[in-house]
Formats: sequence, structure tokens, C-alpha cells
Amino acid sequence: MQEKPLMEHSARPVEGSFTIETEPDAARAVLVGTLGLHEFPDFHRALSEVAPDHGLVFDLSGTTQIDTSIAWAIATAQKARAEDGRRAEIVGASRDIGQILDTVTEALPAPEARAKAPGALIAILAGLGQQVVGVRLAMTEFSGVLGLFLSRLAQIIARPRAFRLTALTHHCETVGLQAVPIVSLMAFLIGVVLAFQGSAQLRQFGAEVFVVDLIAISILRELGILLTAIIVAGRTASAFTAAIGSMKMREEIDAMRTLGIDPGHALIVPRVLALILMLPILGLIANLAGLFGGALMSWIELGISPAMFMTRLVEGTDVANVFVGLVKAPVFALLIGVIGCQAGLAVGKTAESLGRMTSSAVVAAIFAVILADALFSIFFQQIGL
Amino acid sequence: MAETVIEVRGLRNQFGTHVVHDGLDLDVYRGEVLGVVGGSGTGKSVLLRTIAGLQAPAAGEVRMLGTDVYRAREAELQTLSERVGVMFQDGALFSSLSVVENVEVPLRAIPDLTAETREALARLKISLSGLPWNAGDKYPAELSGGMRKRAGLARALALDPEVVFLDEPTAGLDPIGAAAFDDLIRSLSRTMGLTVFLVTHDLDTLYATCDRIAVLAEKRVLVTGTIDSMLDVDHPWVQEYFRGPRARAARDAIAAHSARE
Repeated sequence: MQEKPLMEHSARPVEGSFTIETEPDAARAVLVGTLGLHEFPDFHRALSEVAPDHGLVFDLSGTTQIDTSIAWAIATAQKARAEDGRRAEIVGASRDIGQILDTVTEALPAPEARAKAPGALIAILAGLGQQVVGVRLAMTEFSGVLGLFLSRLAQIIARPRAFRLTALTHHCETVGLQAVPIVSLMAFLIGVVLAFQGSAQLRQFGAEVFVVDLIAISILRELGILLTAIIVAGRTASAFTAAIGSMKMREEIDAMRTLGIDPGHALIVPRVLALILMLPILGLIANLAGLFGGALMSWIELGISPAMFMTRLVEGTDVANVFVGLVKAPVFALLIGVIGCQAGLAVGKTAESLGRMTSSAVVAAIFAVILADALFSIFFQQIGL
Repeated sequence: MAETVIEVRGLRNQFGTHVVHDGLDLDVYRGEVLGVVGGSGTGKSVLLRTIAGLQAPAAGEVRMLGTDVYRAREAELQTLSERVGVMFQDGALFSSLSVVENVEVPLRAIPDLTAETREALARLKISLSGLPWNAGDKYPAELSGGMRKRAGLARALALDPEVVFLDEPTAGLDPIGAAAFDDLIRSLSRTMGLTVFLVTHDLDTLYATCDRIAVLAEKRVLVTGTIDSMLDVDHPWVQEYFRGPRARAARDAIAAHSARE
């Protein structure tokens, strides 16, 4: 027997056709050739146009092949009529077609009752309730991770051998050193903007020289550390969540537990501690960069020489401003670090939950930082600093 | 001689300097279940991906259903993709869609299909793959590994393809689930005339479902033939694979099974 060249069956098999004729007692559907999904929509529509109380006869003697969709259309039409005790027959089906029809008839899905969808108002209320519970749950988890961190820290003081210095140094590098360029650039630009905007306003009163006080107080007290914390929250909280979350996803954290390694010691303490150590330093760098940017702009814009800026800065600005600014840094760091770690531990088994937790960690960390800053402002106001 | 559905000639695959396949030839005939076996790293999955058109080879030719997979025009490939289904190892279901919606995705390519009939056809495919009705409304993350594979198969079968690729269909399933999956593949290929290209490590699957075995070794298809003919192949790996204790157990199980019938 000669083998056929490949090209001959490259095209789709010859497409089939069907006719449905209504006879007095039953409609007669004649299928010819090969029918598949492309013929299915028309075939299904034509079948549904046959009155349901009319009998049906499928003549498949001229049919070469059908696919499961055509078989489904035949089987459902047949089943609907069989239930009403009406005529529904298949004649002339070949063995292969009969097999497909049998398989499909057997597999016809039996619908199961779906739970009734609640009304719109109920759904909104349920969603709101879930969110409230979710927030409460996140707060509980937050205090849980915070407690874990503090208790592990206490253990380290009692038993310094449990401390992981290598991990701490590594995290100090990624959290602190690698953030220096972005943080100092940001602070420099903020200083420039402050000087520029401030000088435009103060010039109206002839009080240009007070631009130094404006820059010094706003940067040292608030902006330097706050904006640094926001950048670090975006950069580091997400990194913590992603790192811990992907370990959680791959069951690495469970593996650690079975091997007797405490995730608190191995993952949380080095990260949060690195952040607590590094954020004040980053804040200090931001302060310097901000002052530098402000001084540069004041020199260009107002002609305040760097020496004069320096003198004015030292004389006019209380050093308490620096203290007020930097004392917030460890608190911000603790918030960012714990939120990042907690979100990582809350990641489930899917990659989707990792993404969701990462973005929610950033939002929560930034929100927590700003909230804490507001509380600090009130506190310092009350004690008169 | 049955019609050749897949024809691979002189295939060469390499990653950097690491050559996986070199001068690989393979024919797959219509209606058969071909099992591809080979040791780890012999490029079974790479071969599947190359034939399915997912990974361009360094050299060689792959023809499927008469279309050259890597030289055909876009429109020809589009038609081809409707005639071919792939089930990935873990189902590769779209995680943001429910199982029914996953199976509906390929059906969306068919014009004039109403939403209800599309869902009904998807439900039929889900039922054909042996999943219960309510599994259709679940999301992939809520399913067990075995159910994800079945859902993946349902999606691969959505357009009634002529050729189906299965990547390790029974890996990670319990023996009962794996045996049920073997039966499913067998019965689908029998009733629907499917050509199945399956990559597996599972000797039970080979014995229970495959008409022919292709052994990958030494960067090519070392030998093809029925599973019984594998016992006579004079190659150390093939001997060890098909004469090992696990193969003997699988062979005995099949013999006992057919004796009972």
C-alpha cells in the first residue's frame, strides 16, 4: 500500500451539512459528512426551533464523523423528548458515532443546585463586615508578630548564641546601604523645593533669611525622617513580604519548624533589627542631604552664602529639632518591619495571595508610619518640645 | 499503515552548549496513544514543548496534521491550535477564572456560540473528564492536584482536538486516582479517536494506556514499539527500565487485570 503524502490531510476534513425537515409526526434531521464545533451553533439553533412536543428522528447514515458538541446537541434533544415520552430516535449511526453518542449521553452533566446568591444589600453588608473582621484579624496578627519579635529579642539577650549576626549584616546592607542613594537624592530634591518655594513666599515680606529656619525646621523635625520612612516602607516592607511570603508558599517555613529552626530567630529578628538600626542612619543622611539641597538653592536663589546658612542654622535652630526627628525613626522602623514580616507570614498557597499581601503590606506600612507621625506631633506638642 | 499525525525529522534542541536532542526522528499515527519515556534530563518535556510549538528547535522539522509547526503562517497556526490540545503538568489553569470559565476560554474562539451553550459544552467537557458538577464553579486554588489535572484535561479537550499532549498526567496522583486517569485517557482516545502523545514516568500508565512506547536516550528516539517488544531491546537503560522490579509489578498487575476480565 502506498503511503499518502502528508499534504493531503493537511486541510480540515470536508465540512458536513445538515437538513431538518418537519414531517407530520416527527422532524427528521439528516446529517451528512463531518460535523464539528463550527457547524454546531447553526445545528443547535435549528434543533431548538423544532417544537418541543414534536418527535425527532436523527438520520446519521450519511455522517462520517461528529464531535462531542454535536453529540451533546443530539443527546440533550433526545433526553428532553424521552422525559416527555415522545419519539426521539437515531438511525443509521456507525459504530464510532454510536460510541461518541453513548459516551456523551453517559456523561451528560446533571446540574446540582447552586447556593442562592444573596441580594445586593446583603452582599455589601457582608463585604463590609468581612473587611472589619479582616482589619481586626490583621491587628491581632500584627501584635502577634510584634510579640514574637520582642520575645525572641529577649531570648537573644539571655542566650546570645541564638543571634544570627551574618543575617543581620546582610539585611543591614540591603535595607540600609543600598537605600542610601535613593534616600539622599529624594531628600536633596525636597530641600531644593523647600528653598525655592519658601524664598518665593518670604521674599514678599523681605524675610528671605528665614528660609534657613524654614528648611532646617521642616526637614529636621518632619520631612527628612517621614519621607525616608515612606520610601523605606515602599522598598523594604514589600521586600520582606515577598521574601517571607514566597518561603511560606513553598512550605519552607514549615520545613524550618520541623528542623527545629525558629522562624522568629531566623527570619524576623534579623530583618526588623536591621531596619531599626538602619532607619535612624538613613534619616540622618536624609537630613544632611536635605540641608545641603536647601543651602545650595538658597545660595543660587537668594544669595545666602553657605557660611551664612551655616551660622544661621546653628544659631536659629534648636538641636531639639534633630532629636524630635530622629527619635521617631526606630518606631517607624519597628512598624515597617513588623508589618512587612506579618504580611509575609499571612501569604497563602497561591502566587496571587503573595501579590495581594505585598501591595497591602506597603499600603499598611505607609499608613502606619503617617499615623504614628501624627501621634508623635501631638505628643511633642503636649510636652512642649 | 495509519495516517501520520506528527512527523519529527532531524530535530535538534540545545540550551547553550548543552545538547538535549540531536537528529531526533519520530512518527505518531492517528488514533494511537504514544507514551514517551526516558531518564531524567533526556528532554521528554522539551520534546513535548517543541512538538506543541512552544519552543523553537535549533534545527529540524516538526510537522503536525500536515502543518509545519515552525514555518507555517499565523493563520495556519491558528487553525492548527484548534485541532491540538495540551494538558500541562499541573493543569496550568488560569487562577483568576473558575474551572468552567477556564474550559470556556478556547470555546470563545467559536463565533455564534451563545453564553448558555458555551457553558453547557464546558460542563460536558468537565463531566467527560470525570469531575463532578460543583467542581466547575470552583477556582483552581480550591482543587486538589488530581482535580486540577482533570480540569486541565477538560480545557485541552474543549475544542474536540485531534491530538492531545499530556505532560506527566499521573504524576503526583494517588494510585486510585492515577488508575482512574489511565482509564479516562484510554476511553477518551478510543471513543473520540484522539491521538495522544503522553510523557510519563509511570509504568502503570504505560502498561494500561499506551499502544506504543518511544524511548528517549542518547539524544534521540532510541526505539519505538509496543511495550512487550521493549523487553527485547538490547540497551542497558531500556533493560533496566522495563525489567526492573517496578516494571515487573506493573506487568503482573496488567496480566492479572486482563485475566479477571
